Amino acid sequence: MTRTRLFMLAVALIAFGVLPFFLKSYGLYLLTLFCVYLMATYGLNLTVGYAGQMSLGHAAFFGIGAYHAAILLKLGWPFLLVLAIAAVACFIVGLALGFPALRVQHHYLAFATLGFNVLVFLMMRNEQTITGGTFGISAIPRPSLLGYSLDGAIPFFYFTYASTLTLVALLWWLLRSPWGRAFAALRDNPIRAESLGINITAYTLLAFAIGAACAGVGGVYFAALVGFIEPAPFHFSWSMTMLLAVIVGGSGRFFGPVLGTVIIVLLPEWLRGAQNWYLAVFGFLVVALMVWLPGGLSSIPDRFARKAAK
Amino acid sequence: MGDLPQLLVSGIAAGAVYALAALGFTLLWQAAGVINFAQGEFVMLPTFAILIAIKAGASLWLAFLIACALAMLVLGVGFKRVVVDPLVRFGVIPLVIATMGLSIGLKNGTKAGYSALAFPVPSAFPSGQLAFGGVSFSYADLGTLLLAGIIVVGLQSFLNRTVTGRAMQAVAQNTDAARVLGIDVQRMVLYTFLINAVLATVAALLIAPSYLAKFDMGDSIGQKAFFAAIIGGFNQTRGALLGGVLIGVLENIVGFYISPAYKEGVALLLFLAVILFRPEGLLGKAEERKV
Repeated sequence: MTRTRLFMLAVALIAFGVLPFFLKSYGLYLLTLFCVYLMATYGLNLTVGYAGQMSLGHAAFFGIGAYHAAILLKLGWPFLLVLAIAAVACFIVGLALGFPALRVQHHYLAFATLGFNVLVFLMMRNEQTITGGTFGISAIPRPSLLGYSLDGAIPFFYFTYASTLTLVALLWWLLRSPWGRAFAALRDNPIRAESLGINITAYTLLAFAIGAACAGVGGVYFAALVGFIEPAPFHFSWSMTMLLAVIVGGSGRFFGPVLGTVIIVLLPEWLRGAQNWYLAVFGFLVVALMVWLPGGLSSIPDRFARKAAK
Repeated sequence: MGDLPQLLVSGIAAGAVYALAALGFTLLWQAAGVINFAQGEFVMLPTFAILIAIKAGASLWLAFLIACALAMLVLGVGFKRVVVDPLVRFGVIPLVIATMGLSIGLKNGTKAGYSALAFPVPSAFPSGQLAFGGVSFSYADLGTLLLAGIIVVGLQSFLNRTVTGRAMQAVAQNTDAARVLGIDVQRMVLYTFLINAVLATVAALLIAPSYLAKFDMGDSIGQKAFFAAIIGGFNQTRGALLGGVLIGVLENIVGFYISPAYKEGVALLLFLAVILFRPEGLLGKAEERKV
C-alpha cells in the first residue's frame, strides 16, 4: 500500500469517526448498524473472495451469534465472554457444516448452506422456549465494559466502530500471513495449490469457519444494538443479499465489503419509502453488473487505469 | 397406520410438483450449464400470470394457456437472450450470481409492483374425496398425479423418441460433438429453455391452490427443486423425478408422525446425507474432474 493510499485511508477512518457529531440518533443508529454488518460481510469476503466458496448461510451464523448474545446477555453474562462464546460456537458450527458440504464445493456448497440457513431459521421460529419464536427476545441489555456503561448511542457506536476496525485489522493480518496467502492460492488455482503441499480441504474449511465466526461476532453486536431480535433478519434471503453485496462490492478485494455493505444496509434505509422497489432494482442491477462488470464495483478504477494505459 | 396410504398419495402428488420444477432445473443445467437460482420465481411468475388472467375474466384453463405463452416468451426466450447468452462463456459462477440477482429482483418487483399479500387461486380439479377400500384420496392429489404423470411421460418420450428430442440429448451430453454432427445447438438450447418455462407453468398451476399466489412462494418451491435435483442426481432427468417424489413423501410422513414445524427441514437432511455418501446423487453418474 502506497503512502498516499494509507493517508487517504486514515482520513476516511477519522472522518467516519467524527461523523456521529453531525448526526441525529437515527443516523447514528444506521452508522452503527453499518459497522455491525461490515463485520459479517468481511467474514463472508474471506469465504467467498479469498477461499472462492459460495456461502448462502451467512445470515444463519449472524443469527446464531445474535441469539447467543440475546440469551446470555439477559442472563447478565459479561459481554466479552458472550462474544467469545458466540464466535467459537459459530466457528464450530461452521466446521461441522463445512465438513460435509465442502466435499462438493461451489454451487453445491451454496445449496447446502442455503438449506442450513432454512433449518436454523425454522429452529429460531419453532423452539419457542429458547428463542421466543416469532415474538423474539426483547429488552436485550447494552453491554458495559470494565465498569463503563455503553448504554448511550455514542459510546456504543465508538465501541462497535473500534471492534469493527479490530476485526478488519485481524483479517488484514491473517490475509498477509502465509495462511492467508494459501487462501488466495487455493481460490486462484486449487490444483497447483494442492501440488505445492497446501491441504485444500483443511484451508477451505478453515476459511469457511472463520467467515462464520465473523458473522457470529457481528450478530452479537447486532443483538446489543437493536435490543430486540426475532427470526426475520436471519432468513436466507438476507444470506443471498449479503453474498451479492460482497460480490457487487468486488469479492476478494479488501475494501469490497465496505461498498457492498453501503449498498445493502445504508442506501435502503435512506430510500425507505421505496424499499421494495430498491431491492427489486438491486436484484436486476446485479444481473446487469454481472454482464458488464464481472469484477464488482471496486474494479472500476482498475478498468479506467487499464483504459488509460492502452 | 390407516393414514399411511393417504399420506403416500398426497406426498407423491406434492413430490410430483417438485419434480416438475426440478426437471426443468436439471434440463437447463444439462443443456446450457445454467444453475438457475430463480427457478422458484419461475414458478411464482406464472402463478401471478394465471391469477391476473382469471381476474380479467378468463377461465382457469385459458389463464393457464396465457401464462404458458407468457412464460415461454419471458422466462424462456427472454431469460436466454438477456441473461444467459451474454454470461454463459464466463462459466458457472457469474451465471449463478446473476440468477440470484434475478431471484431477488423478480420477488421484490412482484411485491412492490403487484402486492405483498397472498391470493387464493382456484384449483384445476374438483374438491372432495374419492373413497377407495376404506381410505380416501382427494381429487386434487389424484388429478395432480395424473397431470404431472402425463407431462413427465410425454416429455420423456419426446426426448427419447423424436429426432428433435434426441438432438437435444446429444447437445446435453456433448455440445461440441453435437455441433460437429450438424445439430443446431443454439436452437436445441432454446427448446430446453422453452420446456423449462412450460414445466414451471404446469408446476404453478398445480401448486398455486395449496401455496397461494404470493411473491415469496418461490423460496420454498425453488429450494425443493434444487434439493430434488441434487438428491436424485444432477445429470439425470430420472433423478429429478426420484428426488422430488422422495422429498414429497418424506415431508408428509415427517410432518404427520414427527413434527409439522420441521417439515421444511426434511429436504435438507436428505440432501446432506446424499452429498456425504453419494455426492453424484442417487441415480447420477460421477462427473469427471476437469483440470
